[in-house]
Amino acid sequence: MTDHQPSPQYLPGTHPDLPPPVRTTGPIAWMRINLFSSPLNIVLTLASVWILWSLLPPAIEWIFIDAIWSAGDRKECWAQMDAPRDGACWAFIRGSFELFVYGWYPEPERWRVNLSFLLLVIAIFGVLKDNLPGKKYWLWFAVFFPFIAAWLLVGGFGLVPVGTQKIGGILLTIIVGVTGITFSLPLGILLALGRRSHLPVLRAVCVVFIEFIRGVPLITLLFVASTMLTYFLPPGSSFDLLMRVLIMVTIFAAAYIAEVVRGGLQGLSSGQYEAADALGLTYWKAHRLIILPQALKISIPGIVNTFIGLYKDSVLVLIIGMMDILGLGRARLNDPLWLGLAPELYLFIALFFFLCCFSMARYSLGLEKKLRTGHKQ
Amino acid sequence: MKDNSSQASNPLTRLWRNQESRGVIIQIITITLLFAIIALIGRNVVINLAALDKEFSFTFLTWPAAYDIGFSPFLEYTSQSTHLKAAAVGLLNTLLVAITGCIFASILGFTLGILRLSKNWLVNRIAYTFVEFMRNVPVLIHILAIYSLIITLMPPVKKALDLGGGQFFISNRGFYMPSPVFEPGAWMVGVAMIVAILSVFLFRRWAKKVQDNTGKIYPVFWISIGIIFGLTGIVFIAAGMPLSWDVPALKGFNFKGGMAIKPEFLALWLALSYYTACFIAEIVRAGILAVSHGQTEASKALGLRNNRVLQLVVIPQALRIIIPPLSSQYLNLTKNSSLAIAIGYMDITATLGGISLMQTGKEMETMILVMGVYLLISLCISGYMNWFNRRIKLTER
Repeated sequence: MTDHQPSPQYLPGTHPDLPPPVRTTGPIAWMRINLFSSPLNIVLTLASVWILWSLLPPAIEWIFIDAIWSAGDRKECWAQMDAPRDGACWAFIRGSFELFVYGWYPEPERWRVNLSFLLLVIAIFGVLKDNLPGKKYWLWFAVFFPFIAAWLLVGGFGLVPVGTQKIGGILLTIIVGVTGITFSLPLGILLALGRRSHLPVLRAVCVVFIEFIRGVPLITLLFVASTMLTYFLPPGSSFDLLMRVLIMVTIFAAAYIAEVVRGGLQGLSSGQYEAADALGLTYWKAHRLIILPQALKISIPGIVNTFIGLYKDSVLVLIIGMMDILGLGRARLNDPLWLGLAPELYLFIALFFFLCCFSMARYSLGLEKKLRTGHKQ
Repeated sequence: MKDNSSQASNPLTRLWRNQESRGVIIQIITITLLFAIIALIGRNVVINLAALDKEFSFTFLTWPAAYDIGFSPFLEYTSQSTHLKAAAVGLLNTLLVAITGCIFASILGFTLGILRLSKNWLVNRIAYTFVEFMRNVPVLIHILAIYSLIITLMPPVKKALDLGGGQFFISNRGFYMPSPVFEPGAWMVGVAMIVAILSVFLFRRWAKKVQDNTGKIYPVFWISIGIIFGLTGIVFIAAGMPLSWDVPALKGFNFKGGMAIKPEFLALWLALSYYTACFIAEIVRAGILAVSHGQTEASKALGLRNNRVLQLVVIPQALRIIIPPLSSQYLNLTKNSSLAIAIGYMDITATLGGISLMQTGKEMETMILVMGVYLLISLCISGYMNWFNRRIKLTER
């Protein structure tokens, strides 16, 4: 092969392009650059391959190939395998799926839960989608959604009332998450503004509140909600445990949001404040029209991170005895029919949370990129 | 001539329109509201407690606790001990898992962060998948899953897995390893170690001074290692090796001797560490990426070797970005350690805020104490990290 010697039969400049050398493009070159570029990299690559080789095939076999999808109980499941626990018993998750989604919500009323899920999807779509005709009305719908959903789920006013102790599973997880997310943002913004106020008393109150909430674990606040809060209320009065938990979760998330928003407010140049003052805008007008739109834009990644944290923290309600998806799952593990199928359960719940939180994180990343194009550095 | 906007007839309106007096009014309203709320809550608490025939006092701390704590490595604790002692055991357990967790999370987090930056595609992707999966699943699920893995998949004590030469064992009741036994004369080794650490500290300061003045660089790291191990080793041999190992051995139904790490601690520590490590990995990665490439190029142009570039240019600048979020991760780990209650690891939330609360019915007192303890820990950590942050901050002219 003497391809690299220009043949005399071509006029200068007319030789057809040769394929690029194997060493610089193509899969072999890619591997040389990305996997085997130095002795250390060769070692790392071999170690990684070994780890994947020893972990992946057994995992795939356990999760998919040897798994059993339909069975009445664990014994039936294991009877279908070569040996007990050889594969995953997904029949357990399938059999409990309705319980995991709805909790003990009464069967004939479950259309209300489905309708709320549908409305939630619509509300999220309305908030996230750009260039939607009538965006304002979509946003208003999203603002009112928590109240509509609360009416749908709890009932009253023409619907059969359903006790909040019947709410459980993924439904409870989503209720805690969505309520916390919706109400902690405005509260957090107010706290952040209070912390940056020029009035010393207002500032002190906000600082103490924020630092106190951020200094203690959420569990202790939930304990307060479940055991101690009744002491603070007028004698004889009591209100729903779910309500108390929602308030605590909202307050907890608001303190973190406040710190994120404060970061955003500090990131603005003081020229923006001065310009707003020079235009003669009042405090609230200046913040609504000039300061907050810019500050919130900077703090979007932090806010979404706080929301993800809040969503993950919603599983802690299990510790004060509320049955979210994790609580129900663990209760189901003690069922003699499904005793000891913990790996299947935790994998399923982990996957559920991973899908929710990872998509939130990816969306925030995309949003960040989109907003950054406005002012290239 | 009348200016309508500034000459309002009502004096109250005039007060409200003046920025200074409006500030005073708002603050007075805030204080009044605050005190009204506190007074209302106080009144409700007094009435409610009286109705339940309860008294607000901390004397319950001296009552016998009457419950067992399975894991108390630092204090002698029996069920006859007081609630105060139970709380102290819980606090020490919290601190134990928080400190060991922070150390392991930092090591793992920095490793993962550097692997995430690796140019090796496969390593990079594996680290990415691990970090993204782990940090998007609630830490409570990690804790419960690891715990149930240890409990259900590990063999029972009688068939404990031998992990190495009859010294290390793991079973569903925990991890067993040899524990050091100090013989008379061991104190000399301890003193030698303290002296070695002090002299390393002084040596580093001296070396930095020399470097600042003359530019001469000593191999500080290797000399430090040499001092610590050399001095301690010489004294250890000179004192007649006053240290032996107590090896765990299976006797009857359980292991005797050695150190046993309970599955509760193991699960909590592992789960908290790798969960937090995933967040630390992202922080480290972002910090190193934030040091502009020009810095690396400039230092290479000055003729610095690769490790010097890292040590003198990249890491000091990256640390400034890394430290503040890192400290909040340490705080998170400490606060997340309160999830111990879910698997029965006896930390401060599980002892004082859990069993003591249930037994004495002193919800207010126990919760105030537990929250106070966490606040104090948080203040200490953030105070220390602020001090550290100030120390490495860019000194501007």
